[in-house]
Amino acid sequence: MTARLDTYTVPETLPPDVSAPDGPDAPAGPDAPHAHAALAGPAPLEAAHRRTRGVRSSARTLGRSGLAVLRRPGLLLAVLFLLLVVAWALAPGVFAAQDPITGVPTDRLQAPSAEHLFGTDHLGRDVYARVVHGSWLSLSATVIAVALGLSVGSLLGLLAGFLRGWVDDVVGRVVDVLLAVPSLLLSLAIITVLGFGTVKVAIAVGITTIAAFARVMRAEALRTSSTTYVEAARASGVRWYTVLRRHILPNSAGPVVALTALELGSSVLAISALSFLGYGAAPPTPEWGALVSGGRDYLASAWWLTTLPGLVIVAVVLSANRISRSLEKDGEDR
Amino acid sequence: MGRYIARRLGQGGFVLWAAFTISFFLLYVLPSDAASIKAAGADGDLSDPELVARLRAEQGLDRPVLVQYAHGLWGALHLDFGRSFSSGAPATKLLAEALPPTLQLTALALGLALAGGAALALASTYPRARWLRHTLTSLPALGISLPTFWVGLLLLQWFSFELRLFPAMGNEGFESLVLPAFTLAIPASAAFAQVLSRSLRQTLAEPYVETARAKGAGRARVHFGHALRNASIPALTVLGVTVGGLLAGAVVTETVFSRAGVGRLTVTAVNQQDVPVVQAIVVFSAVVFVVVTLLVDLLYPVLDPRITTRQPSAAA
Repeated sequence: MTARLDTYTVPETLPPDVSAPDGPDAPAGPDAPHAHAALAGPAPLEAAHRRTRGVRSSARTLGRSGLAVLRRPGLLLAVLFLLLVVAWALAPGVFAAQDPITGVPTDRLQAPSAEHLFGTDHLGRDVYARVVHGSWLSLSATVIAVALGLSVGSLLGLLAGFLRGWVDDVVGRVVDVLLAVPSLLLSLAIITVLGFGTVKVAIAVGITTIAAFARVMRAEALRTSSTTYVEAARASGVRWYTVLRRHILPNSAGPVVALTALELGSSVLAISALSFLGYGAAPPTPEWGALVSGGRDYLASAWWLTTLPGLVIVAVVLSANRISRSLEKDGEDR
Repeated sequence: MGRYIARRLGQGGFVLWAAFTISFFLLYVLPSDAASIKAAGADGDLSDPELVARLRAEQGLDRPVLVQYAHGLWGALHLDFGRSFSSGAPATKLLAEALPPTLQLTALALGLALAGGAALALASTYPRARWLRHTLTSLPALGISLPTFWVGLLLLQWFSFELRLFPAMGNEGFESLVLPAFTLAIPASAAFAQVLSRSLRQTLAEPYVETARAKGAGRARVHFGHALRNASIPALTVLGVTVGGLLAGAVVTETVFSRAGVGRLTVTAVNQQDVPVVQAIVVFSAVVFVVVTLLVDLLYPVLDPRITTRQPSAAA
């Protein structure tokens, strides 16, 4: 008993590679000697206490990661950029005055300038305005996709890891099959059935993310449900749903949150690819992938039509990945 | 060994069966009427019940679902996925015709991805300079964040329109293959490099590597002679996903570069809601995944003699 407890308290004060053999998902030892974590980490007893109080610990983590953001300029940049893009989506008119749908024909195919940041397209529409106005559809599609994958995938993973037995077997097989078909092809098959449109594309992409969420959630549920504090809670007669809500969910949230950020990035990629192929919103409505596709006929003459909207997509994906990486690292440090 | 292979074949067979079943129920049963899909694709007149009934009978959709399913599964076992709604040709034949150019493209892309990924992984672990290692380690994260269609268009812009080095479209000759293959290889090589360099860093911290160093093995010898072989195992594990990703990436790449192939066939089939062709492609991609994964599994013992196929726990 004391030996088990040690494995959860000691790592805070030792370099990760010493504790590595204990945890099933222990951090890769060599390149992560987080000396500052050992110095700044709370005392062992407090750490043990913190693990049983999920809600309070996550509030503290939030506070701490708020500070961490300031110490890491790359992360700060990523967070600020994503906030800007969210602001674009919520209030496009504030950021881009020009009309995204009807252009000024005399201003057609102008190169980027102070007046038109991203230049204008073949109808004289401001490309920057179209990117800003398109962010609502592209972002909401991403959020729908990830919300779908997160809710269904986590539920499946949680059931599999918590109930085990045949549920685990069935979920495992479903995940195997979802992983066997490349996600873009699976999305396309779903689109064949559902038809075209932003929401349908979002659902199609969301279904492909279920497998990843189910896998991570299952592993976390398995890990936490075999810990001493869960055993103690169950032994002292706490009901299973209370164990699930108070101990397993809060303690397995970390990797799932990191995965959510990662999937936000890859869903932006998948959705813009499907939009590029023409399965998203119908033409005059701006959408990121479709914007890039719209510049295809002017590759030789108007580079900005494809390059600049594409750069925005890249920046969004990079930012989401950057945030995911630091969430993952914070999880390993703890 | 034989039992291990049999077990793996069984698992692979299960995945294929499940892929067929899921795609069947998704594509044929879930929509209220697959025939109405065809009717919508053909002339858009859904209000004519006679036409719908005729089409249903034509496609055998008026039979009970389970009979249709048994018929479909039996057909799939004989490589028969039904006839294309739009052209009337067998879906398998359309797929087989579209396959050669896509095979060339994905094979070249896979070669580039493996070579590029391995080179990047080695370069990001080998140098002594810490900043150089860090910079190179962060490159794959950039590579997987690039939209394939955008990279393809940029390459077209630079190498076809500005420099006029490669043709902008088509299937003619090796030159037309270069840009699409590079486009396709970038995300794949980034993903491969990520796994391999992480695995290399872990392997380089192992005691046996320390021993090799202590015995006086040089930096290059430790890296290439001792670490690389063991480190390559986790990287090979992702090969099934990599090849599947290349196949899916061909959809975008072939569209960007206006090449014929499975990707173009997919886009056309989805546009026309040509269910048999879509199903044939989905099942085919699952076959590719299963076969590659099986081959990789059989390769493990060759790379690492400690892994024997007799102990499932060690091989898993």
